Parts: sequence; C-alpha cells; structure tokens
Amino acid sequence: MSDTHAQTVRFVRESMLPEQEPPLAESGVLKWVRENLFSGWLNILLTVLSLAFIWFVLSHLLPWFLNSVWSAGSLSECREIRDEVFGPDASSACFAVITDRWHQLVFGFYPPEFYWRPIVALLLFLAAMAPVLFAGIPRKALWFSAAAPFLIYFVLWGGTIWGPLAVALGFVVGYATFVGLSRFNALLATLGAIVVPILYWLFVAGPLAGALASVLPIGLTFVPSDDFGGFQLSFIIGMAGILLSLPLGILLALGRQSNLFIINKTSVAFIEIIRGVPLIVWLFTASLLLNYFLPPGTNFDLMLRVIIMVTLFASAYIAEVVRGGLAALPKGQYEAADALGLDYWRSMRLIILPQALKISIPGIVNTFIGLFKDTTLVVFIGLLDPIGLSNAIRASTEWNGIYWELFVFIGLMFFICCFSMSRYSIYLENKLQREHR
Amino acid sequence: MTDAAPATPLETQREIDRSHMTVSDEVAIQISGMNKWYGSFHVLRDINLTVYRGERIVICGPSGSGKSTLIRCLNRLEEHQQGEIVVDGTELSNDLKNIDKIRSEVGMVFQHFNLFPHLTILENCTLAPIWVRKVPKKEAEETAMHFLEKVKIPEQAHKYPGQLSGGQQQRVAIARSLCMRPRIMLFDEPTSALDPEMIAEVLDTMIELAEEGMTMLCVTHEMGFARKVANRVIFMDQGQIVEQNEPEEFFNNPQSDRTKLFLSQILGH
Repeated sequence: MSDTHAQTVRFVRESMLPEQEPPLAESGVLKWVRENLFSGWLNILLTVLSLAFIWFVLSHLLPWFLNSVWSAGSLSECREIRDEVFGPDASSACFAVITDRWHQLVFGFYPPEFYWRPIVALLLFLAAMAPVLFAGIPRKALWFSAAAPFLIYFVLWGGTIWGPLAVALGFVVGYATFVGLSRFNALLATLGAIVVPILYWLFVAGPLAGALASVLPIGLTFVPSDDFGGFQLSFIIGMAGILLSLPLGILLALGRQSNLFIINKTSVAFIEIIRGVPLIVWLFTASLLLNYFLPPGTNFDLMLRVIIMVTLFASAYIAEVVRGGLAALPKGQYEAADALGLDYWRSMRLIILPQALKISIPGIVNTFIGLFKDTTLVVFIGLLDPIGLSNAIRASTEWNGIYWELFVFIGLMFFICCFSMSRYSIYLENKLQREHR
Repeated sequence: MTDAAPATPLETQREIDRSHMTVSDEVAIQISGMNKWYGSFHVLRDINLTVYRGERIVICGPSGSGKSTLIRCLNRLEEHQQGEIVVDGTELSNDLKNIDKIRSEVGMVFQHFNLFPHLTILENCTLAPIWVRKVPKKEAEETAMHFLEKVKIPEQAHKYPGQLSGGQQQRVAIARSLCMRPRIMLFDEPTSALDPEMIAEVLDTMIELAEEGMTMLCVTHEMGFARKVANRVIFMDQGQIVEQNEPEEFFNNPQSDRTKLFLSQILGH
C-alpha cells in the first residue's frame, strides 16, 4: 500500500512562483460600490433608507443655511430682509447676530483698544506649541515654549512686566537649589527644589517685583479678569487646564503605582475624591467656599481659582488613563530598565513613560476634549464664556428670540477645536507607530 | 547517553577555542545561606554557591525549580529574605546605591528579550551607557556599533526591535548588555522563546562570549551548549541545588536519582 501511495505523492518543486497582480475585476470603484452598498437585498434596502434619511435632513437644513442673512442690526431687521428677499414663508438663518456681536463673542468685555493683545497672545501660544507638537522644529525653540506662559500672561493681563519675571525667576531659584543641594543628598535636593521656590514666591517675589517696578516701570495697562469673556476665556481656561493637568496627572499616576505607602495612599485619595465629585461642585467651591478658607482680605483671582479646579479635576482623570498605559506595559520593560542600572526617574522618563503615554494618547486626548467642553460650566459661577454671552445677547432687545444661530456658531467653534485635537492625536499615534508593518 | 545529540547543529560544527577560558580563583559571586519566599511559598532554600571569575555555569532543572528566581536575585530583580549575596565585592542589601552599582556591572539577557520597542537598535544599546555611565554620545555609539558587529547585525542599527526576528532581537539584547561592559553576564533562558533555526545563532554568540573569558551564569535547557562551554552544571529542584559537577561527569555519571530522571527525560528523544 505504501509503495503505490508514495509514487502519487512524490513531488519536487523546480522553480518558485513569481508574485502576481490580483485580477482586475477585484479592484476599482465599481467593486467597492457593489460590495459595500448593493451586495444583497437587505443591503440595498438599507442603502436606500439611508439616502432617504440624509435627503430628509438636508432638505430641511440646507435652505435655512443657504437663505441666511449675514448683515443686520437686530432680529426684526433680519426678518424684514428675509421677507423681502426669500419671502415670508422661507426658512432663513439670521447669522447677522454673529457678525454684529463678533467682538463680544470672541473677546468678551476686553477693552476694544487692546484687542491686539489677545491676538498677540494667541500667536505667541501657537508659536510656543509648535515645537511641542511637531518634531520638525529645532529643539532650541522649546526654550521659547518654556518662557511663553509668562509672556502670554503679561500680554493678556498687563500690569508691570516684573511680576511675571519675578515668578519665572522662582523656577530658576528652584533649579539652582536642586543643583546646589544634589551634591549632598538626592532627597534633600528634591525637597529643597520644592520648598525654596514656594518660600520665594510667598515672601520674596511680590516685594521684588514691586521694587523693580518702582525703579524701572515697564508695563502694559492692567486688564482685570472680570473683563475677560467669550472664546478668549474658554480658550485660556481650557488650554491652561490641559497644559497643567498632563504633568500633574502623570505624577499622580506614578504616585498611585508607588511602593511608598504615604505617596501611594495620598495619590489614591486625591484621585478618588476629585473624581468622585461633579466638576460643577468644584467650581462652586472655587467661587464661593474657597474665600471662607483663605485668610480674610486675600483677593484670589476667580479665573485663577477656576483654572486650578479644572486642572485638578482633569488631572485625576489623566492619572487614571496613564495608569492604564503603565499597567499595559509588559513587566519585562521595567525589569530590563532596572537590569541596566537605570534609576527610577530615568527608567520612567526614558523607557516607561514614552511607551505608556503612547498607549494612553486616545484616553488623554479624550480627557482633554472633555475638559475643554466642560469650560462652558463656568457660566454657572458667573463667568461670561460664550454660553454666558449668548444668554446676555438673547436678553438684549435687538436679539431677543434668537436661539439656533448662536448655538450653532458656538457648537461649531468648539467642534473645530475638539476635532483638531482628535486629528492631532491620530497623527501622533501614527507617527509613534513602531510595530512591523 | 554519550551520543545523545544536541538539537542545535551550528554551534557543534566548530571547535571551541579554550585559550581564554580560564577560571581564576578570584570570587565573582558569593551566595551563602540564601533563602527566599513568595508569601509563604519557600522558593529558594539554603542556596550556597561560589562563582569564580571566568566561570561558565549552566543552571538547569524542571520548571518551577527556582533557577530563574536564583539568577534574578543576583541583580535584585527579586529580593531575597535571608542569607547573603555578594556580587563583585558589593553586598546586595536594601541600599539603592549598591543595587544600582551591581546592576551596572552585571548584564542580563531575558527570555523575552525585553528590548525597548520605542527606540532603535542603536538607541537601545547606547541608552544605559549614556545615562548611567555618562559616556559621551559619540563614544557610546561607537561602542554600540562594535558590539552590534560582534553579534553580526550592524546593518540593523537604525531599525526598530519590532522589525527584527526573534534571534536577531536576542542578539541585540546581548549586545545591549555588553555595551555596559559588564564583568558578569546572566542569561535567563535566552533561547526558550526562539525557533530552532534562531537558537543556533544566539548560542553561537554566547559561545563567542564564553571564549573571551566572560563570567556567565546561564539558565538554559540547551544541553549541547552546557556540554561544550560550561565548566560547571548545576541541577536544581524544589528550590534547592541538588547536584553540581563538571559537564562530562554531570551528563555521563549523574549521582542523584532526580538528576538521572531529569536527564533521561530531556535527552531521551
């Protein structure tokens, strides 16, 4: 039996087959349409129903957009123009409210003669973010990014330039303390780098700035936080929250993984308490309760309080997202870093965090988007963000009765910001892709 | 028993150059009365072992016998609870400075390579010299290329680990350890995760290392390697050293019944 079988089975390949193109009918637009839209009865039915639904929505929305009025002084003027041009029954959007109140929606009650200052601040912000977000820019530009927050603060709020400079000097003081003390003891150096700058800010920075200002008064007209509003306000709170919550969140995530009992439990308690209470409660705490705890007479800027609360709130979420990334790394990565003799901070900075953060990008950006949209909650503590302004605009006699146009516009602006963040996160994920393709 | 052929063809094809394989009487590692528990489970029981400089020791035994745990204790990836371990004259204790010092002198190669996937091969090799040894970048890269040439993959230097085969990755892992110029190398089942064709290339690299007189401790099941290169084979079971001997004696004339059973099982087919 085996003899005959062996004869039929015997085979030796003499030449290897070359690679070939797939058949033509298996590619192209027609194939895609056939396979994805009209592959069966159910599929055809669903395609037709979907098209009908899209037509239904568009047929109602498109005329409203296309017949819109862009230039008018009030809602009644808008209606007159509509009656004249499109007829009284036509559906028509009155985007004139946007053009009429544009400055207010963007700048709030910022003094009109200083509108250039928020614009310069925005340009500074974009220039500072570029080297952080994109790799093609020389690394030296990061020094500008580090200086930018102080510059932006100065441009937006004004006052003497020595204030932000004195605060910035605190970081230099901290670094100098760290370098000076690290010759003796690493723990002492870390403690010193935290305590000395805080003491400096509390007791030295203020008088120092005052003294310098009296000697050499350089500055811009001071604009109080009460004048801030509109998208400018949302943007400042949102971006400050985003930029501050990431490092804080990472530290909390590392703290939660720490073997040191006190650090671990403090991080867990912080995360759980902050996360377990609604943001709106924290905002009310910031606006009302905080004053009871602070020494009487301290005037602590409301916007600053809101930024701190939003930052703390987002950092608790970031911490949990980053913890997920840390947990997803194989234990071998920690062991390999240890086995090479890297100490804790170096192994975190060079090996663990780059990988953990890469895994966490979608979650981190998700949190950022949430934070940015949640800045609209400040309307409840009396800050005039775009939603707050829309209420004010609708309360005016000219624009009483307008709803959709304002909210469509505000929604669109938020969408543009959030969608850009989402796109950037996808770009970053692709850029950091290292697996074999 | 003598003609039980090892499964790896390449490394048996050439004669081993023994001119540098000299064991000095300088002690590299001294373990005395060491015990370790995982919770209440007694993993390592009363381990006493002296490793001299230039020794090539193969540790074998059934899975769960504590052989990996033993060599992981030598650079504090695992903590021992009792007894004393002295590596290169420094005692392993809770002192972080000592631990970092020992870790930078002791290279380790893992079963699953543990290369850093977000860094290129070259960056993998230069990272620790630059950050731990403070070697200038240029010099670190030259050293890295030297060792990558030695493990025969200099052309892969700018790729990422994910683009390399398992055998190549393990050779990079060996080169990465060597870049720290360690005095002792630990191998934790370096070939267990590899295909047979790749086992040979990794063993070849390890043999070359042995020929240069490196002090090596290998946990491995490659008995051909043990026979050719090791000067001592240690057999462990249930967290204890059951038998240790020179390879010829160990394979041809095992003393304990447990060793005989183990050898018959892994060399029997």
